[in-house]
Formats: sequence, structure tokens, C-alpha cells
Amino acid sequence: MEGMIRKYADKLVKVGLCEPDAPLIGFLDADVVWNRPDPLTVELQKVFDSIIINSLLFALPTEPYRTMIRYLSRSGETAIYPKDCETRTFLHDLPIAGSPDAATIVAALKRRKTLIIPEHGIITFGTVSPEQAFIFYSSVCFSVFVKFFSDYLLQLKQGTLTDEFRQAFRDVRRYVPERIHQPPARLAVGPFTQENRVIEAIIEAGAKTVEYELVDSFFGNISYRMGDTIYISQTSSSLDELGGCIDPCPLDGSSCAGVTASSELKAHRETYLQTGAGSIIHGHPKFSVIMSMDCDEPDCEQRGECHRRCPRTRYIDGVPIVPGEVGTGPFGLCNTLPAAMVGHPGVIVYGHGVFAPGKVDFTDAFDTLLGIETGCRDTYFRMVGE
Amino acid sequence: MPEAYVSMWKLRVPVPGASDEGDGVLMHGWCGKILHIDLTTRSVRVEQPPVETLARWIGGKGLAGTYLRPHITRDWSDPLMPLILMTGPLVNTPSPTSGRMCIASRSPLTGTIGDTSVGGTLGTQLKKAGWDGIVISGRSADWCGIVIDDDTCNIVEAPDMKGMTTDRVANHLKTRGSTLCIGPAAENGVRFSCISIDGHYLAGRNGLGLVCAAKNLKYMTITGSGRTSVKDPEELKLAREDIFRLVAASPILFGELGITNYGTGALYDLMDTRHMMPTDNFRKTWFDAAGTMNPYAYKKRYGTSRTGCRGCHILCKKQTGDGRAIPEFETMSHFSALLHNEDLETVIEANRLCNQLGMDTISAAATLACYSEITGEKVTGDRVLDLLNAIGSGSSEGALLKEGSAHYAAAKGQPEASISVKGQELAAYDPRGAYGMALAYATSTRGACHLRAYPIGHEILRKPVATDRFSFSGKARIIKISEDMNAVVDSLTACKFVFLSASLEEYARAYTAVTGEPSSAQDLLAAGERIYYHDRIMNALNGFDAGADDLPMRFFTEPGTGGAGFEVPPLNRAEFLDARAKYYRIRGLDASGLPTRETADRLELEWNG
Repeated sequence: MEGMIRKYADKLVKVGLCEPDAPLIGFLDADVVWNRPDPLTVELQKVFDSIIINSLLFALPTEPYRTMIRYLSRSGETAIYPKDCETRTFLHDLPIAGSPDAATIVAALKRRKTLIIPEHGIITFGTVSPEQAFIFYSSVCFSVFVKFFSDYLLQLKQGTLTDEFRQAFRDVRRYVPERIHQPPARLAVGPFTQENRVIEAIIEAGAKTVEYELVDSFFGNISYRMGDTIYISQTSSSLDELGGCIDPCPLDGSSCAGVTASSELKAHRETYLQTGAGSIIHGHPKFSVIMSMDCDEPDCEQRGECHRRCPRTRYIDGVPIVPGEVGTGPFGLCNTLPAAMVGHPGVIVYGHGVFAPGKVDFTDAFDTLLGIETGCRDTYFRMVGE
Repeated sequence: MPEAYVSMWKLRVPVPGASDEGDGVLMHGWCGKILHIDLTTRSVRVEQPPVETLARWIGGKGLAGTYLRPHITRDWSDPLMPLILMTGPLVNTPSPTSGRMCIASRSPLTGTIGDTSVGGTLGTQLKKAGWDGIVISGRSADWCGIVIDDDTCNIVEAPDMKGMTTDRVANHLKTRGSTLCIGPAAENGVRFSCISIDGHYLAGRNGLGLVCAAKNLKYMTITGSGRTSVKDPEELKLAREDIFRLVAASPILFGELGITNYGTGALYDLMDTRHMMPTDNFRKTWFDAAGTMNPYAYKKRYGTSRTGCRGCHILCKKQTGDGRAIPEFETMSHFSALLHNEDLETVIEANRLCNQLGMDTISAAATLACYSEITGEKVTGDRVLDLLNAIGSGSSEGALLKEGSAHYAAAKGQPEASISVKGQELAAYDPRGAYGMALAYATSTRGACHLRAYPIGHEILRKPVATDRFSFSGKARIIKISEDMNAVVDSLTACKFVFLSASLEEYARAYTAVTGEPSSAQDLLAAGERIYYHDRIMNALNGFDAGADDLPMRFFTEPGTGGAGFEVPPLNRAEFLDARAKYYRIRGLDASGLPTRETADRLELEWNG
């Protein structure tokens, strides 16, 4: 497990969520091991002693997350309540506390998976592996980002922006890059007619999606249709580590070996059947998520239920926004996404992310994903006066 | 003999610190009443446990342990050994997957504590009738039944029902409530006989049907009409939404290829693909005919429909067009790969026969596989059914096979052919393909059990995250934590499957909403640790130590079936023993796997050495 905690400490730095040497990760089997020495381990050892877990991650995030957290916790709030899909489904809310002492941390982590301690860091845990703690940490950063930018746009429209928020926004804005990178050199050229080529292409496209910061927590999903088989990334797989994590799923359901496939397998399958697409990339690019939740219907009878019952057809730059929750429940996006994919370059699912289809390989799907995010980002900053 | 008839009246149970809210309800979630039935004296009494006791042990498995502990050193057939039926606080409320209950006693098969979570409608009817649980002791002079209708209890004679199969019992009783019964297997002394609920749901493992038989109890019917009070219905509604959302997001549960669509058989292809499908009595781990024996094959041939437990929306049970049950994954796998049987109909019929005779399908199939290895006889087709009938009746080869594979193999001088732990046969996950599973089989407190920790969740199904299935690294604590969690789940009493997506975080919210007891995920987990350690204390009182926490030697000396670019080597014995030693340390046991006074005190458990 020493290798595992080093891996996730390095990854937090590599993806820009933490400064070098900021992540402190402990793993407990029979004894605790830490990725590095730190005086804080004395206090965190008490956390290990008080709750039933096997991993702890404590780290101060980089900017702009630090400033966002400072603003969102400015009035002594005890929690942040982002409305994106990630928070709603998995985190529920983001508790805040003022002090990194063991008693405070234990009280919070008994209830929730994460705790934000402004100016000190974010603390998360796992009961199976340090990977859980890493995922929760990454998800908190994503949710905080979405919450901050969504609130700013909303309050700007409502005319309720405070000077404090304007200043925080200016501070944060300095850390948000001007433009998303240009599309990469062409990805592997399809059509792919051999399984190994399909898998290589999926792995490549997944890694590019992470490299271009088009997913949070490294989740999302990617698939390719070859004949009567869909090759799709597995549930809980990191898009930058898809080797060994791709399931072949016969279209006729003649094998359940793909029961570990992404929760969006049904949405992918229906999209293939209804559109004739050959590939699909699904990511969670931040500004697409933020813009999908921007709605000018404050008196809508479905307000508060937008993520599953939005009654209107909305578009951003010709890209439809549809409601839908993760998976295949009665409000699942599998019921709304496939039909919306017909005749459109891609689809944004409310508060969740973008689904982008390709024809015979991943180049056009990736371009679409990147293009939608770039468009949403430009639209956002245009709306806030830039 | 005239029927014994006892009338009991609804009791108002004062809850310390709670106020009467004007509706006469003073306790939420729990009923506050346990019914004690003595079949020897034909008497009953009502116990009102304080809410502190209920909150401490939650219900189900946890609460059952408190009634088992004083008697645990008795023989399972001792009339004073209780048979315990216990519901949980979430049962008969809108909490998701809460229609389950726990049945417990000392296991006739293993000699350990014996407990099993079972679905159907019995738990719900019991709560509707106003009872958190029933503790049955004594022994009726002749075969009898127990009929509970809300607050009345009849003990009725049932000598004419002796020999009836479980389906006939259910048809004969025609109750509007729920039925519990045993079949001929238990009457004939089968060590792995089960208890049948509603004719379709089995309290399968550990041979608890035999405890019923020892009491001459053929059946129970329970019919209730009451409601279970929920402290905060609005809060429960929010918790439900959180849980439903997570279930819908789970490919294993609600996905196209998941349990809702294919039943637990959804795991069949995956186990074969991972080369950990027990084949030919665990001599191989890959079944060449799996592609024709998978859930798709059942669906195509039988046009399956779905059904499930009361209070559950996952609906994991599948049945054929003519109403026969499609086997669960374990049964599907063991009656095909383990016996090298390539006929679907044989699997369906073997499952039907086991259910009607009242036998655990896992132990039954594994015992036949052991027989096949020892005798060299291929056991397929009608021979499977013939041998199952022989076991159920205790005739011909069945006279020895009914004792289980461990006893049979030992009697034949080939104990290594029994693939069991503490006398109970392994389920359909080969431990050479998932090292956490290896440790979990060994440390389980009721003999080889895949459900105590269910490491398949992370080692195969990638939930909540994936772990390296060919490594013991970190597994000792993961198994301990999972055992704690599942002890809580079996106490609440919810379904373990839902925890492949939801967590105790969401269920703590539901628990608090239902009972009004402040709680958190970690509070529940701490209760689970206490409940599981209680198991270890009871087993230690019967002499179970590290010597029993072990796997058959086959897994350390013979490889599984490799292929698809990887090998399935034998388990490394030194690494296994090291992981087990770590587990003991983490669990607070001594180096011999025995409980310590120190840990018992920390967990506030009674200690009697």
C-alpha cells in the first residue's frame, strides 16, 4: 500500500489540485504508514484511532480552490451545498469546520466523506483504499468550483452581487487559464476492426480527456462500437488508467461479463442504436456543467427538480441540455439522452456533463467535447462581462 | 390434545426520555416487544426490552446474539437452545430493501453461531403483528405449528404435516400472512437443511432447519395488521431518495446487465471471465460450458420474469414462465460448473428439489461434488436429482451425504476432498482468484461464507473502488471493516446488495429518521464491530480458534485454471497466514484468534473468558 499512497499523493500534484509536498496520506492495515513525515500525523493518528477507516488524506488545495473555499465559507457556514450531479449523488453536501483538531475532524467524518477546513485543507477518507480518499478530494474541488462560478452568475443576474464576491471572483479569475488548449494532434484513425486496436484507441482517448481536464475525479466513460459489441470503460475506472478496465458487451446481452461496465452502458447502447454513432466520450467539463444549470425561469413549477424534470428544451450554441440522473432509474439519463443525441453534435446533461459522439474513431468525439466546453466557457465569461 | 391458545394484549411500551405524541406511539422503528415461546410447556411470555438495549444491538443479527449468548455452549439439539427470529427497526417502514429478517441459533452444520438473513414477507408480517422478534425454546411432544395473528399466538398440533415438502406446506396453510416451514430434509436430519419462507425464500446456510426439527416445529404463520411508527417521515423520504439515486447509478444493481435484469446470476459470466468459477469440486476455476449456462441462456429458454422481497425495488428474484425459480448465482454456478453439468433443466430442477426438500443449495451441490471426486462418478442429469432425493430422505448414499461434505469425506478417508471451512462448504467464488475472499472465508464466524465480508464488491465488482484481487496487501483491515458493516446491515435488517451502491452514510440517515436515535455511519459501524466481536466470543466458548480459521489445503497447493493472459497460482500459505495474523491484531484478538478481555471491555461486551 505504500506504493498506492505515493501514487495518489503524486497524482494530486500532477493534476494541479495540490502543491508539491502538500498531500498527506495515511494508510492503516495493521500499522499506519504515511507518504511523508508531518507534525499533523500526531493529530490524524487520533482520527484513525476514533473511526473505522483505513485511509486518510489531508491537503491544502491549490488556487483557485483556496480562494473559492475562503469565500464560500466566509460567514461561518457549516456546509456548502452544490447542486451538481456529483455532489447530489455521492457527497450530498460539503461540511465545513474551523479547526484541524482530531475531535472536529472525527465529528464531521462520522457523518460525511469529506471535511473542508478553510486555510488548512480538505480531509477525506477511505474504508477500502486511498483511491476513495483521492476521488472524494478531487470531487470536492470540482463541486466547489461549480458552486462558486454558478453562484456568481446567478447573483450577477439577480443584482445581488456583493463587493466581497466581486473581489473573490477577480482573485479566482487570475488562476483560470484564458483558453482551453487547442485540440490534440489527431487521435488514432478508425475504423477499428480488431479488439486490441479498439482498446488502444479507448485508452488513448481516455488519457487525452483527463489531460485536457474534461473530467472530474477522473471519471466519465468512453465506448466504441465494433460490429455487435460495445467496448466500454468499466465503472469506477480512471480515464487515464483504462488498461485492463474495458468491458466488451454484446449488443444482444448474451453475456453479463460486462456487469462491471460503466453505469451509462444503457445510454451508450441506445445512442448507438438510435444515431448510428461509432464512438462516445462522456466527460464532466466544468463550464459545461455550470452553464447547464443556468436557467432564467425562477418561477418554473419544476424549480428544484431541474436535474430530473426540466420541462423545457434548452440549448447552448445548438447543443441541447437534457435532465437525467446517473444510471437507469426512472429519472435516468438513459431515458433522455439517446433521443437528444439524434441530429445534434453532442448533448449536455443538466449539472452532470457532456456526451459527445464520433463516427469511426475518437477524434471527432474529442473535438466535440472540447468544443462544447470551450463554447460554454466563452459564453460564461461573456455573460459576466468579459 | 387440545390446541393451546394464548391471548396476548397490545402493550404500551414507555420509552425512557420520549414523550407521548398524542397518538399513543412511544417507540419508533422498534415495537418494543419480544415474544418468547416455550414449546415444552406450551407457554409464552412477553419481554419489553428497553430502548437502550434495542439501540445498542439495533435488531436482527445483533439483537439475536444477545438471546443466543446464554445458551451458546448447549448442543444445537438441546431443547433449551433457542431458535431466534429477529427483525430490524427499518422493517415495515418505507426504508429501501428493509423487508428482511434474521434467523439465528447454534449451527448444526458447523457448531458455530448460526445466523442467516432472509427475505420474503415474514419480517414485515412479524413487525405488522407488533413484534420485534420471537425466541422459541423447548421441544414439542409432537410435530406442531405456531400461528401468530397480531397479538394472539396459537401453538397447534401438526402431526399430519410431517413429511410435507415446503411448497405443499405453503399451499396447505393458505395464509394471507407469511409462512415459515421446514421440509423433509430437516425431519430426516440433513445437517444443511434450511428454513423456507413463503415457499420461495430460504434461510439457507448453517442448517438451521434442523434446529426447527429438533423442536418438532414444522411451520409458523405470521399475520399482522399494524404499522411501524416512523419518527420523522420527511427525513426518511429524503434518505430514501438518496438511496434510490445511488441504486439507480449502480451498474451491478440497476444496470442493463445487472441484478435487477438478470438476478444474482448476473455474476455468472463475470466469475468465469475472471477464472474464479469453482469447477469440478474446485479442481479447476474455469468452466468451458459457461457460455451456454449463463443467465442469458435462462432468459432465452424460459422467458424469465422478476419478483423480490417485500419493501425492495431491486427485485433480484427471477422465475420461469411456469413459476419455477431461476436459481441464484451460487446455485446456478455450483449445480453447473462444480459438477460439470451442462444441462440447464437439471440446474432448475435441482434448485426446485432442494427448495422443496428444504436443503441449502450451496452445501448440497458442494457435497455432491465432493462425492463425485471421491467416487469418481460423474454426477449429472438425473443422477443429481436422485442423489438429492437420497439426501433429503436420508436413504442409501444419502444416509452419509446428509451429514455434509466434511463428515462424508472424513468418513471416506479423504478429508481433503471436502472444500469447506468449519464444516460449511464454500460458495461459488474460488479464493485463488480473490485473496480478500480467501481471508474472508477463513475468518467468517459461521463457516465458509461469502457474505460476511463480501470482498467480491471491491475485488471483482469495483465497488466502492477496485482492489488488487491477487494481493493480500491491505486486505486484513478491509475484511474487518466489511464484516463490521455487514453485521450492521444484518441487524438493521437491510439487503447487502444495496450496499454495492449506497453506504451506511445514507442508511444512518434512514435509521435516525425511523427510530429518532441520533446516529452516523461511524456510530453504526462501531455497533457492527461490537456485534461481530460478540460472534467471536461465542465461538471461542465452543473452542473455535485459529485452527478453525483456515482454508482447505488444495488452495495452497494446486493452481486454478489460467488463461486470457494470466495465471491463477495457488495461494501463498505464508502470505495468507501473515494476513490472518494481521486480521487478528486488527480485530483485537490474540495470536490464536481468541477474544481478549481488553477488547471485550473496550466494546462493552460481557466477558466470561
